[in-house]
Amino acid sequence: MSQAKEPGYKDLAIGGKILEAGSSEKYETGGWRTYYPVHDAEKCIHCLLCWILCPDGAIIVEDGKWTGFDLKHCKGCGICAEECPPKVKAITMMKEEK
Amino acid sequence: MAKTLALTGNEAAAYAMMQIDPDVVAAYPITPQTALMQKFADFVSDGDVDTELILVESEHSAMSATLGASAGGARAMTATAANGLALMWEIVYIAASNRLPIVMPVVNRALSGPINILCDHSDSMGTRDSGWIQLYSENAQEAYENVIQAVRIAEHPDVFLPVMVTLDGFIISHGMEDITILEKDEVRKFVGEYKPHYPLLNSDHPVTYGPIDFHDYYFEHKRPQVDAMDNALGVIQEIGKEFAGLCGREYGLFDTYRMEDAECVTILGSTAGTARAAVDQMREQGVKAGLLKLRAFRPFPAAELAAALKSAKAIAVLDRSISFGGHGGPVFMEVCSALYNAGLHIPVLSFIYGLGGRAAEIENIVEAYDRLQGVARTGKVDNLINYLNLRE
Repeated sequence: MSQAKEPGYKDLAIGGKILEAGSSEKYETGGWRTYYPVHDAEKCIHCLLCWILCPDGAIIVEDGKWTGFDLKHCKGCGICAEECPPKVKAITMMKEEK
Repeated sequence: MAKTLALTGNEAAAYAMMQIDPDVVAAYPITPQTALMQKFADFVSDGDVDTELILVESEHSAMSATLGASAGGARAMTATAANGLALMWEIVYIAASNRLPIVMPVVNRALSGPINILCDHSDSMGTRDSGWIQLYSENAQEAYENVIQAVRIAEHPDVFLPVMVTLDGFIISHGMEDITILEKDEVRKFVGEYKPHYPLLNSDHPVTYGPIDFHDYYFEHKRPQVDAMDNALGVIQEIGKEFAGLCGREYGLFDTYRMEDAECVTILGSTAGTARAAVDQMREQGVKAGLLKLRAFRPFPAAELAAALKSAKAIAVLDRSISFGGHGGPVFMEVCSALYNAGLHIPVLSFIYGLGGRAAEIENIVEAYDRLQGVARTGKVDNLINYLNLRE
């Protein structure tokens, strides 16, 4: 994103406040990631432990089933892979290659 | 109808707070401020205010509670001194950058060590870059009136910055004077109803205060604080003029005394009264002595001050604090910078005085004027940084 497109200091809300609710969705924390999660659909039992424990709400679930990772917000902490039950192990962390 | 009461500076500031009737006040004792909050607590107990008085466990908590209340939408105040202000430090900066119009009397006391409870300005001068407006008071009357005006300055839509109102520890805080006190209704009407910007407790419009702010936005969030400070220069004068309608005295950015064609001393705080007496004494002896007393140190009125000093032959700046390793006291540095940038090449001397409550008598101020006369005559500064009433 080029710096020229960002708002200037006169355009910002007073005191660094954020005046809209839920704006953290727009902040892409995925750029911090060193490892990214890879999902194995054949192993997954859709217990949703990963969804419960993900600190960033980056597990996408539809109709009670795992459907994907939100990689714009996943910081690659690996909690999902760690907490995926030992007999399932449907999530593996892979190193980001630049 | 105004009335006259015998009050100490602490009591006068507490009176102002009572008449303002803030929504929330956080209190933690520290000498020489303790008596201020004690008096305010009396007003709370007597039912003179509707204030929620929060007793906290440290100054860090006092400023945090005040900040939280202010962010919530309350008109919030606290008061402190010296080491208490130092303990607040972290939150002092955050209050300013969150643009919260908190008003805080600071009873000036030496910031240790060795441990000392008496007056100098090392505490408030240390916070001069924190983003707070600083108004210095010469006496209890000014402390009372500065606290009232501070509310309007802080909450002005072009400013929205916190304000420190300083009063010299013991000299003003514990000295009793006849104070003209306004009616509570007049003060309430003057300060008006507080209209907060984006209060946190407004659940219809949820907002976030203090989110993390990196290289991509932090700089842009700091820059408006500069504009707000610049705006405060005009607002301080505007509110001062309006307040004159109530009290009869007009407040500006600074005060001048017998400045016609003068060698000049620049000063802030209670010693200004002593300096006025020194000016009178010197004038009787035919010396062209004058005085400029700063009220606003932050924002620093650089252009206005340079204009007021432009015909001075020589200038002494008296600082009641040291900027260790700096080039003279903090006020001295600001004055020099203001003059230089106005293209004025007037010789300026720095005088450090009154640290830790060391007496500043007429004779000590006269010593500065004596030095100035020599400098005014020759145009040469032999010794730039000087110390008044210090044993060699």
